[in-house]
Amino acid sequence: MRHKNWNGFQEGIWQDEINVRDFIQKNYTEYTGDAGFLAKATERTSTLMKKVEALFALERQFGGVLDIDTATVSSLTSFSPGYIDQPNEIIVGLQTNRPLKRAVCPFGGIRMARQACEAYGYKLSEKVEEEFRYRTTHNDGVFRAYTDEMRQARKCHVITGLPDAYGRGRIIGDYRRVALYGIDRLIEEKKKDKQALSDLPFNTVNIRIDEELFKQISFLGKLKEMAAMYGFDISEPASNAREAVQWTYFAYLGAIKEQNGAAMSLGRVATFFDIYFERDIKAGILTEEGAQEIFDDFVIKLRMARHLRTPEYNELFGGDPMWITEAVGGMGEDGRTLVTKSSFRILNTLYTLGSSPEPNLTVLWSNALPEGFKKFCAKVSADTDSIQYENDDIMRPIYGDDYAIACCVSAMKLGKQMQFFGARCNLAKLLLIAINGGYDHTSGMKIGPQMEPLQGDKLDFEEVDKRFGIYMEWLSRLYVNTMNVIHYMHDKYCYEKTQMALHDTSVERLMAFGIAGLSVVADSLSAIKYASVKPVRDSNGYITEYITEGDFPKFGNDDDRVDLIAKDVTHRFITELRKTPTYRGAIHTLSVLTITSNVMYGKNTGATPDGRKASEPFAPGANPMHNREENGALASLNSVAKISYDDCRDGVSNTFSITPDALGSDSEERITNLVSILDGYFKKNAHHININVLNRDTLIKAYEDPDSYPNLTIRVSGYAVNFNKLSREQQREVISRTFHERV
Amino acid sequence: MTGRVHSLQSLGAVDGPGIRYVVFMQGCPLRCACCHNPDTWDFDGGVEYTPDEIAEKVMKYRDYFGNDGGITVSGGEPLIQAEFVCELFDLCHRNGINTCLDTSGCILNDEVMRLLEVTDRVLLDVKYTDCDGYDKYVGASYERVISFLEYLDKKGIPTTLRQVTIPTLNDDEENLKRLSAIAKKYNCVDKVELLPFRKICQMKYDKMRIEFPLAHIPEPDKTTMEKLNGLI
Repeated sequence: MRHKNWNGFQEGIWQDEINVRDFIQKNYTEYTGDAGFLAKATERTSTLMKKVEALFALERQFGGVLDIDTATVSSLTSFSPGYIDQPNEIIVGLQTNRPLKRAVCPFGGIRMARQACEAYGYKLSEKVEEEFRYRTTHNDGVFRAYTDEMRQARKCHVITGLPDAYGRGRIIGDYRRVALYGIDRLIEEKKKDKQALSDLPFNTVNIRIDEELFKQISFLGKLKEMAAMYGFDISEPASNAREAVQWTYFAYLGAIKEQNGAAMSLGRVATFFDIYFERDIKAGILTEEGAQEIFDDFVIKLRMARHLRTPEYNELFGGDPMWITEAVGGMGEDGRTLVTKSSFRILNTLYTLGSSPEPNLTVLWSNALPEGFKKFCAKVSADTDSIQYENDDIMRPIYGDDYAIACCVSAMKLGKQMQFFGARCNLAKLLLIAINGGYDHTSGMKIGPQMEPLQGDKLDFEEVDKRFGIYMEWLSRLYVNTMNVIHYMHDKYCYEKTQMALHDTSVERLMAFGIAGLSVVADSLSAIKYASVKPVRDSNGYITEYITEGDFPKFGNDDDRVDLIAKDVTHRFITELRKTPTYRGAIHTLSVLTITSNVMYGKNTGATPDGRKASEPFAPGANPMHNREENGALASLNSVAKISYDDCRDGVSNTFSITPDALGSDSEERITNLVSILDGYFKKNAHHININVLNRDTLIKAYEDPDSYPNLTIRVSGYAVNFNKLSREQQREVISRTFHERV
Repeated sequence: MTGRVHSLQSLGAVDGPGIRYVVFMQGCPLRCACCHNPDTWDFDGGVEYTPDEIAEKVMKYRDYFGNDGGITVSGGEPLIQAEFVCELFDLCHRNGINTCLDTSGCILNDEVMRLLEVTDRVLLDVKYTDCDGYDKYVGASYERVISFLEYLDKKGIPTTLRQVTIPTLNDDEENLKRLSAIAKKYNCVDKVELLPFRKICQMKYDKMRIEFPLAHIPEPDKTTMEKLNGLI
């Protein structure tokens, strides 16, 4: 098949089937130079950005939410077009008819929409309430099916943050398909898939797919309608760079109008765009300045994306994030780098527009990346604290070279895999419940298999470990079944029509489980094994506290005695999870990631044998507990690197903060040293790292005087946040974390 | 053989080129007024390790060293335990790891000379540029440091001169001029680093219940450091 808008592109099977990867491989131009070619922000961009900054300031003054439309349910076409400054915008499209105005998205759950409105002084309109009185939401469905035990596990916070009251997110549509093929071709292909179903037995599986295809086709039509409202016809492939970005953005915009999923990631667009940029630059119709302008305008739009959340949600996922994650760089399977000039351009937006948590720019790091790109990334990290790194060398063999990252650390093949998001369970709490024989002291609830609390004056490692195993087995089964309920209902009542239309019809599913409190569990088991842990009991015989005497190896010091406990716990847990079948045959995966929920998880967990006091925060993700690292930063990195990616295919998150002085004595040294650290860490088969290069003092000042630091961005667990958007409690926890300092 | 080690730091990014594993040796004969680590003075303190044990630890970090990094042995004064450090550096060399010695240059005997045979770079701490400063604030001989430097020059061992800049004691232009002249005179010197005097060590002095002799001197500000760096 040919199309006039494809003129100048190398031919390939991408023309005959939906295959964006083949298009990229046949057409992209790798770039191995440095950042010297980059252009600065134009006058237009700076002026527009000033308006945007003013809007952000106003939003802050309004307590974090500028405006809510309480009467219009968000969908692709329910809002008239919105602009920031129409004549000066290069890429257009907003979620509602005004910048930063938030829409209600009740399909996941009406209660959450209602509470979110009320939290900001609004009231969900009677019209919407009425509409949803006769409609089953995802949330309704889930609670119809939850068992008593599932409700209990949720209530006592041993499993928390489940996506049972709003959109599940973590699905990445292959938004590039709209630019490459145009909507009409995509509809045509989906119709063929639907037609092909008629030869198959019409059982539950195929009837469901058939209905889903109907919805997908219908929403591709709506996407076209939405673009038409902005004056664009996206039936045909994009004909130039600006259109390629605009078409892709419309597809993403459609997805975030339809779904309020926790993480609504973008995918891997920069190198795809680069092909169009190169074509236009060669044709003499685009300059470097113009190319940067298109990127800048696109990124401005992404920075304006918002969802309406409740305060309880913010407690888990602080800072109003969207996880518009864009995977940048990486290597191709043929050994060429996937770094293009546009990989630099998208990172350059952190200079042209200033630092920012969104989009969540994620560098796919490989030892083979060109030196110039490595150095530019390190410079961006040192200057802006806005980017994260993930190990392309361990992901590429599993996901190929056209995968992207959903949320923080979840890899998936673009358009070919999707994820059922499963939040996380609190393993530290589970350990306490196990020791107490099925009693959660914090909530006063009995849960799980009931047995005697462990006896004796001193905890015995073998005994505790055996108990822990019994409760892991119990929780794994409950956790998988709970997830099955959630995702069955989400597919039924809140199916992602736009996003799934941008996947292959035959899609592979991953079910992502998670754990919080790994370092607390590892240190606790280590304390029981190597020190003396005396339980303190209440009058009912339940253990409420621990007296730990003597020293013990602590996670984060590159000491196998405890590091291998952490590794073993993740291995045992995923092994247990795999024993319970998943909904739609999804593949079980596991992450060690907390977002900011480590604060809330800690709050709901009693004192632990490692000496952590009741309600003290956990360390985020897979981080060692704060200030227990005694052998410096690399020892801490080595400990985390021991957790196996094979056990934790949904990612192992590590957040690393270092003061500029400790990283090098001048800017150039800091850059080369950071590159060495990243190379070394990833050679150890580690998976992910957030880099912050800053002084604790800066955070303390921002804590005390937020107005003077409106744009202070820091990496937390798997994402970046504007420091000021965190709660006071979350801010204090971030300040208390280990900062690697000059000794 | 064992050596007394004060502490180990897996990430040193400012003690020699690139990323370095830093070993702080225990024991120091000097009593510099600006000393940052009074807890390293005691010859009997620290933990004993064999060179093999340390080398094994270093090997766990070689992936981070890149082209320039390696091991740095600091202190305390590593020259006191030259034989131990020599064996450690020898082991490192056999594993292809670059070696760097952070020293005051106060001793030059046969053992130290053997150590320098397996040292890839010396970070030489020139505390003052005259005998007076050494007499008053170090309790050691300036001439010895210079003869140490002469030896490094003779052996062609790449050297970084380092000086802690202490307001009122050595932040004057005259001192900087002399430091630059030394750097110029000895061809082995390819880098000069000024480190700002810091007072976070006050806590250590308090804990040891001894007086920090420079407690009254302020830390130099950023602009002063920039100005002085410009003079080199």
